[in-house]
Amino acid sequence: MKKKANNYEHIHGWGIDADPLDVPSYPMKHRTENDNKGMIWERPAQQAQLVEILHSNERPTASAVFGSANPPAGLSGKLRRFAFKFSESTWTHWLALLVADRVNMIEGIGQDLKSGHIPDLFTEHGGRSELKYNKAGLIKKVAAGFAVATLVIVFNKIRSRKN
Amino acid sequence: MLAMNYRGPYRVRADRNKPMPQIEHSGDAIVRVTRSCICGSDLHLYHGMVPDTRIGTTFGHEFIGVVEEIGDAVRNLKVGDNVLVPFNIACGKCIFCEQQLYGNCHESNPQATAVGGIFGYSHTAGGFDGGQAEYVRVPYADVGPTIIPEDMDHDDAVLLTDVVPTGYQAAEMGGIKPGDTVVVFGAGPVGIMAAKSAWLFGAGRVIVIDHLEYRLEFVKNYAQCEAYNFRSLEDPVLFIKKTTDWIGADVCIDAVGCEAAGDALQTITGRKLMLQAGSATALHWAINSVKKGGIVSIVGVYGPTGNLIPIGNVVNKGITIRANQASVKRLLPRLIEHVQAGRIDPKAIITHRIPLEEVADAYHIFSAKLDNCIKPILIPPSAKK
Repeated sequence: MKKKANNYEHIHGWGIDADPLDVPSYPMKHRTENDNKGMIWERPAQQAQLVEILHSNERPTASAVFGSANPPAGLSGKLRRFAFKFSESTWTHWLALLVADRVNMIEGIGQDLKSGHIPDLFTEHGGRSELKYNKAGLIKKVAAGFAVATLVIVFNKIRSRKN
Repeated sequence: MLAMNYRGPYRVRADRNKPMPQIEHSGDAIVRVTRSCICGSDLHLYHGMVPDTRIGTTFGHEFIGVVEEIGDAVRNLKVGDNVLVPFNIACGKCIFCEQQLYGNCHESNPQATAVGGIFGYSHTAGGFDGGQAEYVRVPYADVGPTIIPEDMDHDDAVLLTDVVPTGYQAAEMGGIKPGDTVVVFGAGPVGIMAAKSAWLFGAGRVIVIDHLEYRLEFVKNYAQCEAYNFRSLEDPVLFIKKTTDWIGADVCIDAVGCEAAGDALQTITGRKLMLQAGSATALHWAINSVKKGGIVSIVGVYGPTGNLIPIGNVVNKGITIRANQASVKRLLPRLIEHVQAGRIDPKAIITHRIPLEEVADAYHIFSAKLDNCIKPILIPPSAKK
């Protein structure tokens, strides 16, 4: 090992954390006397639940602490409640949550408009940085969008003439 | 207060009206954020790939700051302390924390049992608001937060909250023996740190694979390793076999996760159609590039459903797979020593300093890899107080 270290003198700290006795790799499981005894630890004090907190059905209760931001609400909230009827092992659980996220995005726009805030989509998508660092890419995207919109309009006009 | 506000895939804004966080538990602290980073894994949230990412969420699990308020039960911190806050939220009492598996705490995330609580990482990771804000609530303040040594640069400190420990643990889980060939897939911040750390464990050869030339150039210089662009290799697995005397690498590290490029089938089914939990190209290559009996270490983030990987080859080659979220608290003492001794220079990877007010641009720059971005940090107005 010393011989090898000489070959790597240009690398500061080469081999300093090597452990040749390590088989097959570490960190190894650090067993304690409480292994295999279930949830027997002295639980931390429970955070008060002042908003609705959904919890996985793979555990009996909520964890001692949790985030209380953005509790489930509206249609997306209903979808999230539905999702949590299924275990983390099911696609239904995760796909329902993904659908809820997309519904929630639309709800977010509604909430913005309701509160008198018109979302600045250009800025929120990072348009200013695109303009600064990737002007050519931005022009391409705008041109592609314009081309698609034109095609849709032309297609609709042709279809309406036929009708 | 000012905070990042998620509005949907590829849409975020700086919100000036986010309510101030409150003490909600006797073990909480409120921290005034002085620096926060955008992590590569934040991009999975930003791209809408993590289930239960709710509108209005503030992201950010890499941050440092000053303790402003503490709950009644907090003993190890006092108001005014400068702290770095590990991304894992850990109780310190459950059987997993007892085993120093601080990334697997069972008392910090009600929504999923497979992952512990993480700041600003969706309700799948506990529903906590994150540190891309002026202030943040820090649960279990006696356990995770660590006082920043006086002689430590705060740019180094903020990178010790996730990216350095994650890269280091990737190498550690690889069980690298002196002389081993280590292949790191991904030259993002974590891959860079994994390559750097591999030498500390005595690697004989470190090879990094990516497709972004500017990152490959950076990692080649920073981690003194070999770096190759898979776009210019016909088949990266074949390349690894050839360059290892047709045997394969001793250790392969997946530092990419669910948004890997390089394979059309994986990209379409994983990233576009979301029929699997992201694109598993890097993991696929890692399994096929490692030698028989070798070790694949995974720190890249994947979704909770499932992925297409060659599990038959795992069996037939007798591969050991090691994976976890980094246990930051366990690793911090050693990593602080490495930084202080100059063996690791975390702040060298910071390429962009962006005011929190411009968070939407920061996300876009990082996501679209504009302006040769490697690691952006956000500076909130509260940093100047």
